[in-house]
Amino acid sequence: MVQEINIVVEKAGGGAILEVEDVIMSFGGLMALINLGFHVREGIIKAFIGPNGAGKTTLFNVITGIFPPTEGAVRFKGKPIDRLKPHEISRLGISRTFQTVELFANMTVLENVMLGRHIRTRSSFVASGLRLPHARRQEEEIRCRAMEILEFIGLAGKWSESSGSLPLGERKILEIGRALATEPELICLDEPAAGLNETETKTAADLIKRLKEKGITVLLVEHDMKVVMNISDEILVLNYGEKIAEGSPEEIQNNPIVIEAYLGGENGYA
Amino acid sequence: MLRIRKTPIALFAAIIIVFPWIARLIPAIKNYPDLLIFAGIYCLITIGLSLLMGFSGQISLGHAAFFGIGAYISGVLTVRYGFNPWVCMLIGAGFAAVVAVLVGLPSLKLRGHYLAMATLAFGIIVFIIFNEEVELTGGPDGMSGIPGLSLFGFAFDSMERYYYLVWFFVFTSFIFTVNVIQSRSGRALRAIHSSQEASMAMGVDVSRYKIGVFVYSAVIASLAGSLYAHYMNFINPSTFDVFFSIKLLIMISLGGMHDIWGAVIGSFLVTFLSFEWLHYFEEAEIIVYGVILLLVTIFMPNGLIGLPRIVLGWFRR
Repeated sequence: MVQEINIVVEKAGGGAILEVEDVIMSFGGLMALINLGFHVREGIIKAFIGPNGAGKTTLFNVITGIFPPTEGAVRFKGKPIDRLKPHEISRLGISRTFQTVELFANMTVLENVMLGRHIRTRSSFVASGLRLPHARRQEEEIRCRAMEILEFIGLAGKWSESSGSLPLGERKILEIGRALATEPELICLDEPAAGLNETETKTAADLIKRLKEKGITVLLVEHDMKVVMNISDEILVLNYGEKIAEGSPEEIQNNPIVIEAYLGGENGYA
Repeated sequence: MLRIRKTPIALFAAIIIVFPWIARLIPAIKNYPDLLIFAGIYCLITIGLSLLMGFSGQISLGHAAFFGIGAYISGVLTVRYGFNPWVCMLIGAGFAAVVAVLVGLPSLKLRGHYLAMATLAFGIIVFIIFNEEVELTGGPDGMSGIPGLSLFGFAFDSMERYYYLVWFFVFTSFIFTVNVIQSRSGRALRAIHSSQEASMAMGVDVSRYKIGVFVYSAVIASLAGSLYAHYMNFINPSTFDVFFSIKLLIMISLGGMHDIWGAVIGSFLVTFLSFEWLHYFEEAEIIVYGVILLLVTIFMPNGLIGLPRIVLGWFRR
């Protein structure tokens, strides 16, 4: 699938919050991403789909700084971020969740979200140790903000439970809540519906839509096509590290190359 | 929600304060305040280690070296150069901090057991230096004549006075550490323990926190070393060998690593084991410790602090 089909997408001049240009990510000899380029307009939900091993999670790891790209550039709000460390990128306003839910299992639900407030607060090790008044005030603020977020995601009733004891559906939601606590402008969700039952999937999908309503740009990697087609504004299809198509859900569903490469010759999602 | 309650701390402080008076009345425990000085010194080290290992998940097998650095800087600078002991204590702590950064910077960036290996090697190197720098440290024979401590003309020259001094240090660092644990920084450390990747993605500067907690634990270990040197008035390298690092590890595993109280319980227990109860094992003492560590790891992974829960579990069955 080397041939690239370009479906016309409004080229970003103004509204692009994220620009990925000619990114190559190679591990040793293995090319995980090949000359990948796209723009993400502010305020939309953009989904990345493709068969397993297509490079979707690698792409998220490149955007969030876990793997600096071998070549190419990533810009967030016009600023190059491809050489920044994950925590620096997070500070700029990009947050994420993980395919293999990476909650802090040794902490409560509330504490997980409170940790999300880390970058939006200041008090130092020493100030905390001495319990200086401003550190105490800040701790109270962190707690209040975290509670608000738990209410927003619907887990306020479970604030004191250990995060490891929640069912998968709620763990995934909590991970989104933790990411939300960092006040991101862009959020990368890696398979938020994987392993969830129908009700849980609906809750997750609704929450993602509410993120968009809050003005947060969402990047979504998801295998559940119903979710992807329902909530995405744009879809980019990856195959073996290359972009094979990009466009609206309708365009993607009717794209013969996508159908052949990804949906295996039939389109059951129309 | 991790909340460390204040009442037990206050109660514990009260017991520590009145203990010397009680000990005076009961001949059988007359020398216990002396033991509690050592327990306190160990507590200082293990409180830092508990934060480093139990809460942040970074393994150090070289904390005896930081303990030794404090002791030797205090010893050498007071005996050879006539420095003020308090100044030496600060210099020792500062030096330990610098050394911790130098050791931590390369090894903490790596994951897994690199820190354990690096600190183990570091501990051995420091031990060799104590032994070989004979002109400065007195070599294997040790150095004597280290002065005691006094403040504004008040000399901590009796066992009881020193007892209160040591325990003042212990409570200060205990409360400081408890505050850190229940704060933004403590959460970041616990997050690092649980998932480094997620911590980074949430904006935690993982390397900085790891080095920070390593430095903190090194600094209080060094302070403990200075207190030890000024109490004993004599130090020799064997106090700061690799076995002592292992013993510190035994203390926090025995007490329970994931609870700051575990450090206190473990320090007390090992103090009494090594000074009172394990005397007649002599050389075989190390075997006893080995067995203890083995049993605790297998049957009480959360240490003695987790014992009440285990016992409660038996009754519920």
